[in-house]
Amino acid sequence: MEIKRRDFLKGLAGSAVLAMAPSAMASSSEKNRLPDALGILYDSTLCVGCQVCMVACKKANNMPLEFYGPQKRWDNPVDLSSKTLNIIKVYENGTHKIKDREIDGYAFVKRHCMHCVDPACVSACPATALTKDAKTGVVSYNENACIGCRYCQVACPFNVPKFEWDNPFPKIVKCQLCSHLLAKGQIPACCGECPTGASLFGPVADLVKEAERRQNMTAGKYYEFPVSEIASKKIQIHKAKNYIPNIYGKNEVGGTQVLMLSGVTFDKLGLPMLPDRSYTALAENIQHTLYKGMILPIVALGGLIFLVKRTEKKKE
Amino acid sequence: MKTEQPLEGKILTPTFLLCCLIFLISLIFMAKRFIYGLGAVSNMSDGYPWGIWIAFDVVIGTAFGCGGYAMALLVYVFNKGEYHPLLRPAVMTSLFGYSLAGVAVVIDVGRYWQLYNIFLPWYMNPNSVLLEVALCVGAYVAVLWIEFTPVFLTKFGADNAKTFMNKIMFVFIALGILLPTMHQSSLGTVMVVAGSKLSPLWWTGLLPLLFLISCIFLGYAIVVFESSITGSRYRILDESHLLGKVSAVMAWLIAIYLAIRFADVGIRGHLNLAFKGDLLGNMFLLENLLFLIPMGILFVPTNRENAPVVFFCAVSVVLAASLYRLNTYIIGFDPGNGWHYFPAAGEIFVSLGIVSMEIMAFLWFIKRLPIYRRL
Repeated sequence: MEIKRRDFLKGLAGSAVLAMAPSAMASSSEKNRLPDALGILYDSTLCVGCQVCMVACKKANNMPLEFYGPQKRWDNPVDLSSKTLNIIKVYENGTHKIKDREIDGYAFVKRHCMHCVDPACVSACPATALTKDAKTGVVSYNENACIGCRYCQVACPFNVPKFEWDNPFPKIVKCQLCSHLLAKGQIPACCGECPTGASLFGPVADLVKEAERRQNMTAGKYYEFPVSEIASKKIQIHKAKNYIPNIYGKNEVGGTQVLMLSGVTFDKLGLPMLPDRSYTALAENIQHTLYKGMILPIVALGGLIFLVKRTEKKKE
Repeated sequence: MKTEQPLEGKILTPTFLLCCLIFLISLIFMAKRFIYGLGAVSNMSDGYPWGIWIAFDVVIGTAFGCGGYAMALLVYVFNKGEYHPLLRPAVMTSLFGYSLAGVAVVIDVGRYWQLYNIFLPWYMNPNSVLLEVALCVGAYVAVLWIEFTPVFLTKFGADNAKTFMNKIMFVFIALGILLPTMHQSSLGTVMVVAGSKLSPLWWTGLLPLLFLISCIFLGYAIVVFESSITGSRYRILDESHLLGKVSAVMAWLIAIYLAIRFADVGIRGHLNLAFKGDLLGNMFLLENLLFLIPMGILFVPTNRENAPVVFFCAVSVVLAASLYRLNTYIIGFDPGNGWHYFPAAGEIFVSLGIVSMEIMAFLWFIKRLPIYRRL
């Protein structure tokens, strides 16, 4: 009898190890881009830092003004917050004489939700308060589901979801790609108002092609750049800058629907340097391997009941 | 064989009153939190959305509550009936650890009034590691109270009900072993998704395995710690021979844990970070030294017969396993962009208040309910 118990335990341990090993190593369940995904291409070299996108965002989403420092005259947030869904920040170095240059230069960066291909927040949320639209891939928030656990904030590699810390009845706040405007056939406010085409809205597939086109431009030559929306007829002629040979968001954590181009390296712009694999896939792999159909737990429970019964009998 | 009996004695001791005072102070901060929001009493921020209420009260608190689980593993799975006398006090500690973690969660979550959403099938997200933790911890709290019902039924002399409960108890004992295996490992998986924000000294796909092993030997450490204290303060049957044996099991589990831990960090090529002399490196070294020292001491058989030495080792293991969890959830977590976190007075007092509640309940239980075997 003792041998039987031992064999059972060995079998249990063996299957647990088998279950854990592949899950911890591989991450095969990474998600692919949705064919009709919508997103934004932000080109730092086209951005002039006018912050019209921030004003447009506040208006379109009815967000309150946010003050930093003693003056309370105009909106001047220092980072994304529960009051600010979109922000323009600046990188400065030395004499900051030349735009889009790392040494003695400066560059702008626009921060908001990246609408990940495999969003960590959506995977993390226990109450399905964060969802990714099956068609557009837009990641949006439902306050009626949210329990306020803030796991989305822990999970997001870009620190995008924000929490209303000073509200006794708080919500999570994040950019939802102006879904309410998309529903009316309009485009996100930041892209609609951007005067230079730095924020460009469109299907992600087209945006990737556009970003690749810009990567192949010769610095100093003049090219056509679409404004507001990639499908629009609004075109501006700009001199191409020296692009960093990377499209941020093309592969980061499995890809994002917001893509970025820049003249300075992305870490200088304060963007996190991330691997191509998504941590979400790894975490889900571990969970799904252990809990698929609750088979492993049920088998384990059966075994445990057997063991407990035997011990109890022996005691009697 | 002697059975468990209440230890009697008066309830309002100085220790009890001190706990009462701390608890009352914590009520002020709790009220403030519910009136003005989390920001009014805590230093949590958008960079550090989880503070000590999660890291200490829930993650460390429930791990402290693994004494019942760890002893049940020994008694039922490994068929070591001799440890049975340690089981009931251990289950009681688990009961408090888990129930109060539940209290901490209600204080911590922002939208507590719809916390029940996680129990509604149409809101459940099967991909969420935290959902698994929440449901499993919730179920385990219920199981612990059920496991404890014979104690109450003895107290009130409801013998028929007690016989019935004892008959079906095997299901709950089995569940009481399964559920902690599930959620304690998942508490490790919770931080897998934090990925790049967690230092590679702690981030690994093996987090669930490391959290599981460490919660088991932490459970033994807590049993040794608690039995040593109650054994010295109250006239109860001496269990120190059992504690020595438990500590041997603990030492072997620590050896397995450390082998995996160092192999993992080494294979991923981050062991050099431990010797950089910065906060994270030093925390890693401290955490593992606190494991290595008691492990080394307990490997010498004569040391295991020396009650004060065993007690010292248990304290070290409790500190080490707590630090491992604190490092994984807060100290090793860096969201970037210059965010910092140190708990505010309000957070500390709420946590202390919860611990005080636990101690008060513990004192009342052992004096009024049949938990320990008296001399």
